[in-house]
Amino acid sequence: MSETSPQEFINALPFARALGMQLDSIGGGRAEISMAWDARFVGDPATGVIHGGAVSALMDTCGGAAVMSYPGALTTATIDLRIDYMRAATPGQRITARAECYHVTRRVAFVRATAHDEDSDNPVATASGAFTFDRKERA
Amino acid sequence: MSRPEPVQQVKHRRDLALQTLVDAVPYAGFLGIVFERHGDELTAVLPYDDKLIGNPVLPALHGGVIASFLEVAAIIELSWAMLWDELESGRLRPEEMAANLPRLPKTIDFTVDYLRTGLPRDGYARARVNRSGRRYASVHVEAWQDNRARLFAQATGHFLMPQRADG
Repeated sequence: MSETSPQEFINALPFARALGMQLDSIGGGRAEISMAWDARFVGDPATGVIHGGAVSALMDTCGGAAVMSYPGALTTATIDLRIDYMRAATPGQRITARAECYHVTRRVAFVRATAHDEDSDNPVATASGAFTFDRKERA
Repeated sequence: MSRPEPVQQVKHRRDLALQTLVDAVPYAGFLGIVFERHGDELTAVLPYDDKLIGNPVLPALHGGVIASFLEVAAIIELSWAMLWDELESGRLRPEEMAANLPRLPKTIDFTVDYLRTGLPRDGYARARVNRSGRRYASVHVEAWQDNRARLFAQATGHFLMPQRADG
């Protein structure tokens, strides 16, 4: 298997690149991915708040990255993802998602994630989801 | 009794109101989502674009694109249902909507079921408002590609309704 840097992994996903996602850290079933506020991603022009769908995309990518970084993971896909929106993200601020793959079975990975803006004490959203989990063949 | 409104006028009024509503959501434009209308029934359309891909090997649409598409479809459907009576009664004039946009429902939670891989082609979605009260609403969305009966994703979301002067 060829070595690719974590950011190259993100850059290989066209939609993650389109949203300007940046992989801040990854490893051991955990990942942190962030994206800058952008006027094109706004959901409600009256407030300038980023659309929930863009936050979902960030959480989904971060959840998938967390699963891929779990020891033995080969491929993954989202089975379901629930997002709870705690508050509106402050316009102009960077949004950071942190995901943790906290349990895996033979075929399923369970993930929880939180997203926050520059006020890291008050989450913007939390998520929980199930992902498919395909393992590498043992050598 | 007054004569019925000419059909072209009815269509123009409704289409202008819908277009104004959708144009007001920058993220819908970023994804390229458009809406088709038959009477009050809306179908959201996501035309395929290379940037929507998440897995270039398969290739497959990004899960975040699918979640976004369904959430946009849910919010526009809910807003459309909220404004319909005001538009039809003439209390809300579509010409005045752009300058004074109605506040949109806010998502409380949104759960997406990924049923099949999103293929690199156009997607369609239809949302149904299952419950709409003064404060809260529950919306279900179904999305498909080639076959209406073979959904590739579905979602349920709860929304906080904006306070309206004449609810």
